[in-house]
Amino acid sequence: MIRFQSVSKTYPNGVQGLQDVSFHIPKGQFVFLTGHSGAGKSSILSLIIGEQKPSAGEVRVSGFPIGKLAPNDVPRLRRKLGIVFQDFRLLEYRTVEENIAFALEVTGAPRKAIPGRVIRVLTQVGLAGKARVYPKELSGGEQQRVAIARALVNDPPILIADEPTGNLDERATRGIFQLLQQINGGGTVVVMATHNMTLVRGTGYRVIELKGGRVVYDEANEPGATPA
Amino acid sequence: MRHSSPFKEALRTFRRSPLLSALSIASIGFSLFTIGLFGLVALNFRATLQGIAERVEVVAFVLRGTPTEAVTTASQDIQAFPEVQEVRYVSEEEALSRAREELVEFKEAYRDLETNPLPASLEIQLRPDFRDAASAQRVAERVRAFGFVDDVRYGRDWVERLDRLRNMAAVVGLVIGLAFAIVAIVIIGVTIRITVLQRAGEIAIMRLVGATNRYIRGPFLLEGGLKGVLGGILATAMCWVTFAIFRTTSGEVGSGLVFFEPEHLFLMVVFGTCIGLLGSLLSVGRHLRHV
Repeated sequence: MIRFQSVSKTYPNGVQGLQDVSFHIPKGQFVFLTGHSGAGKSSILSLIIGEQKPSAGEVRVSGFPIGKLAPNDVPRLRRKLGIVFQDFRLLEYRTVEENIAFALEVTGAPRKAIPGRVIRVLTQVGLAGKARVYPKELSGGEQQRVAIARALVNDPPILIADEPTGNLDERATRGIFQLLQQINGGGTVVVMATHNMTLVRGTGYRVIELKGGRVVYDEANEPGATPA
Repeated sequence: MRHSSPFKEALRTFRRSPLLSALSIASIGFSLFTIGLFGLVALNFRATLQGIAERVEVVAFVLRGTPTEAVTTASQDIQAFPEVQEVRYVSEEEALSRAREELVEFKEAYRDLETNPLPASLEIQLRPDFRDAASAQRVAERVRAFGFVDDVRYGRDWVERLDRLRNMAAVVGLVIGLAFAIVAIVIIGVTIRITVLQRAGEIAIMRLVGATNRYIRGPFLLEGGLKGVLGGILATAMCWVTFAIFRTTSGEVGSGLVFFEPEHLFLMVVFGTCIGLLGSLLSVGRHLRHV
């Protein structure tokens, strides 16, 4: 599903984002990307979603070679991904259901099918009763659930979550994590960047730890070892 | 659930930020208004110049005693010149009676004459495209070649001055008109860019969920076009009001002024629309490349 092969990323200002990073995430896996700020988590995610191109090496996501991605391919790649951010990124002048429907509309989904799919995904994230509410009227955890619903509505094979619990309290964090686990249970690859190590420990999921743009720990390569 | 369409999206922007929308319509309107005002001045200046140019004519004085038939034949030849619109024969008697009417101060002197001192003449009016010094001189020289022609006059000095005025007006008009148009396009571009920046977050979200650039551009283009149409209508209205006020307050000068033809006004609205579309296309396009 996602393959990084000797990937380096140097930004125009000379900052080295990634150095010789390699890993492979197969179908159905749940992976934590951990590390301090500036360790390279965001660089990896921005390469996966086609926001950046690698300076060296090869990145393949769902069959798309990111290094050779034409501008027209970016929307096609994004439709294979569900993306969730720490700051939710909802359109605040649209209701919950409109925010989700929007993700279907831009892909040209048939109009008649939209309401049914929106309700289904809202039920999945536990917000069926809040369809007509505006994001500002919701708690942080609920807003993140809306963002996840929007990410899921196109049934993407991969869900990318960049610090999805960063702005949430302990309880909401647990709720969101459980939701992501459920989604992964349905066969979707989940890649979650986080620096919340208490959340990571004991889950049994694969952990890729980054430091200074390099992979310093990858459970897939070192079974039985524990992250730092 | 409300479905969105590019048109609904464009209208939504108007509802969400009425002040910014009003400002961009006003800026398009005022920019086109300055162009329109300049156009009105140019239009009236041209009309005045045309009025003056109608008086460009070549007068050939006929030698006394020339038989009328010879003059008539010659005037038919002259009529066939490509530059010539009309040839009029003014007989000696007609010249005298005209002089009596026009030169009131000499009325007495002309009344007591025993013989008519004024010669007959051919008044040659030129076609609109040939009312300039070079053409007038060319016609004058060819007419001078006729044996019965005593002298040819065409007011050389003032025709040359008119030529210079016309050339200057054309250059100044082009430069100022172009400058106004550029300023208008820049102002409108900046206004639309502000709208795009205001919606940068929204554009980023659209791209995140897989919207194509075409899908994102649609509402912006519609919005820009709509603002252009409204700005154009505002500009034509302001031009008309300014013209009406000027005409009523400037007395006799004002009554001779001309306003745009309907097709000019239509063109102004079309120009506004094009600027609105172009401004949106450029600013959204630039933004899409950078997000």
